[in-house]
Parts: sequence; C-alpha cells; structure tokens
Amino acid sequence: MTETNSAAGHAARAEYGAVIEARDLSLTFTTNDGPVHALKDVTLTISKGEFVSFIGPSGCGKTTFLRTIADLEQPTAGTLTVNGMTPHQARMARAYGYVFQAAGLYPWRTIGGNVRLPLEIMGFSRAEQKERCARVLELVELAGFEKKFPWQLSGGMQQRASIARALAFDADILLMDEPFGALDEIVRDRLNEELLKLWARTQKTIGFVTHSIPEAVYLSTKIVVMSPRPGRITDVIDSTLPKERPLDIRDSPEFIDIAHRVREGLRAGYDEAGA
Amino acid sequence: MKNALPILTVVAVLMALWYVAVVPMNAPWERNQAAMRGEEISFGQILTATMNQDRPVLPAPHQVLIGLYEQTLGCEAVGRRVCRATTPLNLENFLTRLNETRTSVRSLIYHGWVTLSATMLGFIFGTGAGILLAVGIVYNRAMDSSVMPWAIASQTIPIIALAPMIIVVLNSVGISGMVPKAIIAAYLSFFPVVVGMVKGLRAPDAMQMDLMKTYSASGLGVFLKLRLPTSMPYLFASLKVGIAAALVGTIVGELPVQQGGLGVRLLSGSYYGQTVQIWAALFAAAILAAGLVGIVALIERRVLARMGMAS
Repeated sequence: MTETNSAAGHAARAEYGAVIEARDLSLTFTTNDGPVHALKDVTLTISKGEFVSFIGPSGCGKTTFLRTIADLEQPTAGTLTVNGMTPHQARMARAYGYVFQAAGLYPWRTIGGNVRLPLEIMGFSRAEQKERCARVLELVELAGFEKKFPWQLSGGMQQRASIARALAFDADILLMDEPFGALDEIVRDRLNEELLKLWARTQKTIGFVTHSIPEAVYLSTKIVVMSPRPGRITDVIDSTLPKERPLDIRDSPEFIDIAHRVREGLRAGYDEAGA
Repeated sequence: MKNALPILTVVAVLMALWYVAVVPMNAPWERNQAAMRGEEISFGQILTATMNQDRPVLPAPHQVLIGLYEQTLGCEAVGRRVCRATTPLNLENFLTRLNETRTSVRSLIYHGWVTLSATMLGFIFGTGAGILLAVGIVYNRAMDSSVMPWAIASQTIPIIALAPMIIVVLNSVGISGMVPKAIIAAYLSFFPVVVGMVKGLRAPDAMQMDLMKTYSASGLGVFLKLRLPTSMPYLFASLKVGIAAALVGTIVGELPVQQGGLGVRLLSGSYYGQTVQIWAALFAAAILAAGLVGIVALIERRVLARMGMAS
C-alpha cells in the first residue's frame, strides 16, 4: 500500500512492540432478549510473527474478537490497535488477510481467478497479479489448479485456495476463523502441518480461532483460552514447544502438558460461568 | 434428443384430444345445415364434415397447419400470380416466395417480423429499466421502500385497458409506430427483471460481503465483482419470463393500432370469423415466443457455462 502507512506501522511496532494490542476491549450486542456480552474487558497483546490461537466453547467471543480486529465488528468499549492504527485504518490499509470457516470461493471464478480477486480490487497490474497468483498457489501446493473451478476441488483444496487468496496481497497479519472446522481429521492434520510450514516461510502474524485443543496446541506459540457469558480470556498459555513441529510431537509429554493446561482453563471458565 | 420422446408423446396426446374435441364443437352447424336442407346426416358424414369446415368453431389441427403454411409460404400469403409462377416449390422458387412473403400484408412472416421487432425493442427497454430499478432498490433505501409497491401495482392494471391510453397519449406527442408498442412490451417485461435482479443482487451472503469488506473494496468493486456475477442466474430466469411477457405486450399493443403485427391478424380474424386465421396467428405467436425463450436459454447456458455454473 502507501509508504506512509507501512512507515507508520513500523514506527508503531517499534513503539508498542506489538502488532495487535487490545486493552479492556468490550463488545455488547443489544438483542431483543437484552444485552449479550460477547466480549468483556479483553486485554491481549500479539507480537509480530506470533501464532496465536483462540480456543473456547461457542459463545466465548473468540470469533467476535477476531472480527473486531478485522473491523467487521465495532467494540463498545476499550481500545484496540492493529499495526498501531485503529482497526478501521488497518482495514483500509489492507493490513490483514482473513480466512473464513467456509472457503467461500466464488463459484464463477477459477481458482486463479479467486486468488486474483483481491489483487484486482486493490489495483495490482496484470503482470503482478499473475506472478503473485502463481507464487501463493505454489505456497499452498495448488500449482497447476489455477484453471480449475472450485467445484472441481475437494473441501481441503478449496480451503487451501482460500488461504492463498488471503496471502495474495501480502498483508503481514493472517486472521483465520476456524478455517479447518468443516474438514475431516486426516485432511485437517495435513493442513495443520502445511500451515506451520507456511507460517515459518512467510513470517506472518497469525490469529487462529479453533475449538480443537490438539489443533491449538500443535499450531500456536500462544494459546488464548476463552470462556462465555461474558466472553472473556481465562488463560494465556505461551507454548514451550520448539518451532520445528513434526506431527508426532503430539505424543510428547510436553504437548500433553500444554493440552492439559488448556483443558483446565476451559473447565475453569465453564465452572465459573455455571456458578 | 432423449427429451424428444416425452415431448412428442405429449404433443400426440394433445393432438388426439384436439381431434376428438373438433367433432362435438363443429357438429351443431352441420346438423343445422342438414336440417335446413331437410336431410338426415349420419355420424360418419358429421365426422368428415367437421374436420374440413370453412369457418369452424374449432379448426382441426391439420387445418391450422395448412393455414400456417398458406399464410407464410403458400398462395394466400404470396398471392395467386406469384404462387402459380413459383410452382413447383424448388429452392429458387422458395426464395422468390420468401422474398414476396416478407412484404405481403397477408403473410404471417411479415406480421411476425413487425411483432418481433417491437418485442425486441420493448424487451431491451424493459430489461434496461428493470436492471436500473433493481440497482436503485438495492442501493437506495428510499427506493427500496417506495418503488416495489408501485412496480407491483403497475402489474395489477390489466394491460388491455392501459394499452390504448399509452398509444393515444404517445400519438398525441408525435410518437407512433413501433415505439408505443415497444413501451407496452417494456411495461410488461421490466417487472420480472426487477424482481429477479433485486433478489439476485441481494443473493451474496454475509460472509461474501465480509470478504469484500476485508479487501476494503469500493461500492463499485462490490457491485462488479460480487453482486453482478451472483445475480446472473436470477437475471436469466427473469429474462425468459420477460421476453415472453414482452411478446404478449406487443400483441396487445397492436390491437388498437391496426398497423400490422400478429395482434392485427388475431383481431381481423375474429372480425371476419376466420378461426383458422386466428389459430394460425396464435401458433405463429407461440412459435415466436418459444424461439425467443429458447434463444435466451441458449445464451444463459453459454454464459453460465463460462462462469463455471453450468447446471
């Protein structure tokens, strides 16, 4: 984007040391049944290059928090900065790529056409569109599928294409809302492994919503455990797992320890909410 | 081709029912005639006579088919002189007749062309107006709450009552000929387009809209890249209804004008009790409508196939 934006971003990062910073963030929806506290006093800092998972039962506000970062929801109290800017400015500066639970590829566009969609909207030149499209499809191992239509691909491949689409314009934040939630266990394992590789190669800051404990522990450098009514953070766990993570790391005692702590956090939040 | 058998079966059944109906419909006239001559008439005589009356209450299918031929390439359309000169009907003579029938006021091809051109013009007007209104309704809150009730109200007024007024008003400001008929056609055909396009432009789900928002896409970007492509299947469904409605509108518009067209053939047929002429014109209109809808369907298939949405 513009140089001033990225310069402002760098300055802010140096100042705050954080890419995403939420302080006492609250979001209350007004419904016919009265107010719903989707988020209450959420304070969290995400540094550059971190892989942060948000885990919790439905209604805990994990998706709402991600959507607030993306400026798709408006907080009712507290402050939130993304790259040192307001979420709105960050969205205008195209600071993040967003991956939804459903791949949401446009059926009338080929895979290549879908990946080029944000590039067309953002006014990249044709040559650059082509180059970037080829590069990100390579990155998600979909090279050669550029001319296929979405319905010709499996669910897992479609979701990979949607990740490529989010990566195409090189935003340094990647927000993922249960991207593998609808996929079966085997495909999910494989995509998790690929996502880690992709993260290592691209050095992006990733916010990842999930309701799977193994997935959260396997992927993250930081696990944010949330609980509902009101949606809030009950525990933030910094992972001690090494950066290099083969799939069988999930059988190591360290992994099981962290998973245990996540489970405890979830249970604590559940008991509190129940009481 | 595998669709042909069921269609032909239905056609055969309808033909059979039609032939069966011809006898009781036309029999009273034969009996009257016989009674006036003071003769007895047998059932067999009635059976053959009812199939070949000059002015039957219900013409038999073969009479309508002969009528269709006579009023397109036959002697009735091209005139006796040309008819004689161009018999037998080889390719050269066929082309001569075709050339003659294009301008003959007794020819369904001439009248069909008059109707077709007004229909196409009206269809283009109507589709354009329909799409513009739909865009307005989707993007403008005031139009959203104000236009639709009027659009619906417009379709509750019988077009047969409105058509003469439109023609008189336009004629008084110097607009006559094809345009008034086209406006009546447009009046009928814009409505399905509005309804379909409003639905189509609103078809993108919340997630797809959110996705465009994350790209901070402009309003025009959302329209061109998301709303418009999403609405295509809806648009084509509407166009198929719209083009048939445009044809009906044109024919109704032709009734008061009396300057050519299938509507004129229908009306003059009923003035002079020429039931075969009425039915031939009806069939010509039906063939025209089927052809037009078929062309729209063909374009639909091509476009949606290119969009990867072939069904």
